[in-house]
Amino acid sequence: MKPGSGSTPSQTVGPFFHLGLLREDWSRLVKLDHPSAIRIHGTVYDGAGEVVPDAMLELWQADANGHYAHPEDDREGSPPEDGSTGFGRCGADDAGHFEFVTVKPGSVPGPGGGESWQAPHINVSVFARGLLKRLVTRVYFSDEDEANAADPVLASIEDPDFRATLVARAEDGGYIFDVHFQGENQTAFFDV
Amino acid sequence: MREERISLSQSGGYRRDSESQPPYLYPEYESTRLRAPGRPLVILPHTLSELTGPVYGHEKVGTLDHDLTRQHVGEPLGERIIVTGRVLDGDGRPVRNSLIEAWQANAAGRYAHHGDRHPAPLDPNFTGAGRCLTDSEGRYRFVTVKPGAYPWGNHDNAWRPAHIHFSLFGPAFATRLVTQMYFPGDPLFEHDPIFQSVSDPKARQRLVSRFDLSATEPEWALGYSFDIVLRGCNATPVENHG
Ligand SMILES: [Fe+3]
Repeated sequence: MKPGSGSTPSQTVGPFFHLGLLREDWSRLVKLDHPSAIRIHGTVYDGAGEVVPDAMLELWQADANGHYAHPEDDREGSPPEDGSTGFGRCGADDAGHFEFVTVKPGSVPGPGGGESWQAPHINVSVFARGLLKRLVTRVYFSDEDEANAADPVLASIEDPDFRATLVARAEDGGYIFDVHFQGENQTAFFDV
Repeated sequence: MREERISLSQSGGYRRDSESQPPYLYPEYESTRLRAPGRPLVILPHTLSELTGPVYGHEKVGTLDHDLTRQHVGEPLGERIIVTGRVLDGDGRPVRNSLIEAWQANAAGRYAHHGDRHPAPLDPNFTGAGRCLTDSEGRYRFVTVKPGAYPWGNHDNAWRPAHIHFSLFGPAFATRLVTQMYFPGDPLFEHDPIFQSVSDPKARQRLVSRFDLSATEPEWALGYSFDIVLRGCNATPVENHG
């Protein structure tokens, strides 16, 4: 393989990814009895408004202090006290529904690694039959108005309704984040 | 004095290699029609969120997890094969200690999955799922049986070429990749919209493994080589000796 060669193309996970990817339950990033555990759940919908049972979501997030458990995050700070790796994975059920238990991440540095900060957010990959490559989105939190208003990534989305698709609604101890592939309520997806 | 680290986030992060990638909407692949996003993607700068990613420890991968022929009491039916290769970044550097997950149909083209209705036999000795970590040179190795082609409902007389599904993380959220490995010379390539969705013929060829006599073990299993190239980054990350 020569240096500078192109990358291997993505291909769909197909409908039977459970076999290889969901042998363990990775939907709980922290223990249920963790003092600041939150529930993030939602439903995946296709362009006809039908639920998508053969979808899978992955989460990647910083800990409550805003630190990623990864060597690239070499800022001085304490290691995650919740024992979490920050990675989660959950397949949708027959009703297209998924549910994670995690903690709300702290703020993390913005683009360029300099002075700007990003509001608390979770990085999300969506896989499904019919997706030739993953969709990437983010979960922000509806009870972080001030931080959300200053977030550089949210600010880059002009249409306020489109921007709002990234903000999970707080509801009795949990947050709801639905994913719409198409249509009026389409979720904002990123080119990473 | 603390040595200055060349930060990935200051370098612009990982290169986008969109020419190598399929589109979201590829109408010949029926399911993309209701699932491809309709609105343009929002360009995301590579921040710490995209430059970090899940890191796996060795403890999660068992010593036999890479061998799909030894997960049951008996041996699975089919042509025993070894699939091996290297995981590299776009600059040819090995991606070390990285988790690869793989899954596939059995030799008859049937998945051990409740949703698979193809009336081909299940094999009680084959589940079709494995995982392994790349070594210090980015090398990985699976032992399995050659999967069969299988029919699907996409169009009249639609058959998928034989393939193994691969899932890789690489060093960052930005390098996550799920792909499929195919076998050389498959007559179904030209009829398969999932394979054909990659428009660049060179990129498409990177999905096809190579028969490799040197990976073959005499009187035991045929060998196939399959290198996987993840996205490269715009600067070489420098070790921090702070
Ligand atoms: Fe398949």
